[in-house]
Amino acid sequence: MPDTPFIQDGSNSGMLDDLCWPDDDLTRIPDWIYTSKAILERERERIFLGKCWNYVALEAEFDEIGSFKRSYVGDVPVIVTRNDEDEWKVFENRCAHRGVEFCRESRGKAKEFICPYHHWTYDISGKLIAVPFRRGDKGKGGMPEDFNMEEYNPRQFRVARRNGVVFATLSDATETLEEYLGPETLEQFDVVFSGRELKVLGYYRNRLSGNWKLYHENLKDPYHATLLHVYLATFRLMVAGQKSAMICDAVGRHATAASAKDDSIEIDDRMVDEMKGAFRVGMDLNDEDFTRYVPEFDSPWTVTMSTIWPNLIVQRELNTLGIRHIVPRGPHALDMYWTMFGYVGDTEEMTKHRMKQGNLMGPSGYLGVDDNEAIKFLQDGFKRSIPSEGVVKLDPEKEGGTDTLISEASIRSLYRHYREVMGL
Amino acid sequence: MTAPDISDMAPLLAEERGPLRLEIEDFNTEYAAVLDAQEMKRWPTFFTGDAFYRITARENFDEGLPVGLVWLEGEAMFLDRVAAIENTMVFAPRYLRHYITNVNVVGANAAGLISAEANYLVVETLMEDETKIFQAGCYKDLFVRGEDGDLKLKSRDCIYDSLLIPNDMAFPV
Repeated sequence: MPDTPFIQDGSNSGMLDDLCWPDDDLTRIPDWIYTSKAILERERERIFLGKCWNYVALEAEFDEIGSFKRSYVGDVPVIVTRNDEDEWKVFENRCAHRGVEFCRESRGKAKEFICPYHHWTYDISGKLIAVPFRRGDKGKGGMPEDFNMEEYNPRQFRVARRNGVVFATLSDATETLEEYLGPETLEQFDVVFSGRELKVLGYYRNRLSGNWKLYHENLKDPYHATLLHVYLATFRLMVAGQKSAMICDAVGRHATAASAKDDSIEIDDRMVDEMKGAFRVGMDLNDEDFTRYVPEFDSPWTVTMSTIWPNLIVQRELNTLGIRHIVPRGPHALDMYWTMFGYVGDTEEMTKHRMKQGNLMGPSGYLGVDDNEAIKFLQDGFKRSIPSEGVVKLDPEKEGGTDTLISEASIRSLYRHYREVMGL
Repeated sequence: MTAPDISDMAPLLAEERGPLRLEIEDFNTEYAAVLDAQEMKRWPTFFTGDAFYRITARENFDEGLPVGLVWLEGEAMFLDRVAAIENTMVFAPRYLRHYITNVNVVGANAAGLISAEANYLVVETLMEDETKIFQAGCYKDLFVRGEDGDLKLKSRDCIYDSLLIPNDMAFPV
């Protein structure tokens, strides 16, 4: 989209050193963390390329040796491959010569990658194997004598896999994936990724008009669920008073919003009044089968939305399952890459049920649209109003996990961690 | 899923194809007008009671992957989508304009199903933004004639080229 000079974008032109968290207070979040380019650059360096495991792919997308997928670590383009030795490789999608993003196909099979510009060639493991006319032509031109191809390999990431999900980290200091997730997040992760073989059912992508952190906050904010999402309350998928929890790791960066659908809860007049406009009296679904949960998991919860720092959301809403992969696009936007999946061995009826319930989520979802719009409304606020700060005071005694929907405790734990890593 | 058998679909003679193309163009013009006006309650009336409707990315269609941003089968699901748009979904006001062109009558079969395609373009205007192209795609349709002889959609697959959706997609195409 063209940058037109008259549009306010709220970008903070000051240096990072000028930015100071208001009164060192976790219940306040300054607007500049969502609008500053300098902040985003530090996030790239310290978070995405720092001591974090980033989601890059599902193994189910690589049906054979030699398969590859374009992906991202933060906003850095990478290629994920399964090489001839059946090893998993993740390396930067950038030619060492002039910077060309040389792999252009979303997914496919390859023996090698040839940069189209000057045909520098990389093998499937990401090693530079050929530089045309390295010795020149007829004694003229060519690379200097001391040119060493090994010094020009793309940056390699370390890879960790768990039950079909592929992660990458650039740092040698990142702990094991299991330590990184922590037992609380691992337990929820393993419900969906239990070792059952996954089957990819399709992809969506959308560009959200908001800072990437707002997506994490949205799912760490159960308070909005029964208010913004009129659909959830009206059709009894989630109402205040039903069994629900925010399950956090000890560090406070990951969280799982969990809830169990409970058809026995009476919505009385007091609750309708408290929910203001968020409950539509007298609406029923024409297709009652739509919200039916087919039991398939060893879990007390019918919905778990896990935010795995920094770039992964695992969606389990009834029987619709999906990966959401966050790719920041400047301070004011993020691209969301959705990979919807089921399991190998699903009956045709089960696949159809997953497709039907897919209407809940995604860029056209009954719930998805609400969140995408709310995130845009937030960013519009940061961009257009006088820079200020937000308030996250709900459930003041807690930080991290909690057992009420009316809480912002896990947003606060995230920002405690974030501030440490970012030095803010 | 429960796709109807169209293995005996055969091309039509030119003299049959011409009038049918005009009839489908009229159908699509009215369909676009209803969407432009956001008269959502009228939208399901273009479909049979057992119709299938899906909006999906071209990459899914090309790879035979089943997901849809919107995936509806049967009138009840259409009515629930309309009810959600009108009553529960939260989104900023917008104007959408639909341009449906290049109607191609692919063929017909013994059961009376007509296979047709068309290109579509949706232009979106948010209240304080510039007008932009929201989505380019094509319809792959199966029409049938109702008891009154009018065309109805038995199936409409909306396959979009614009893989990266700007923010979200509140309305069907």
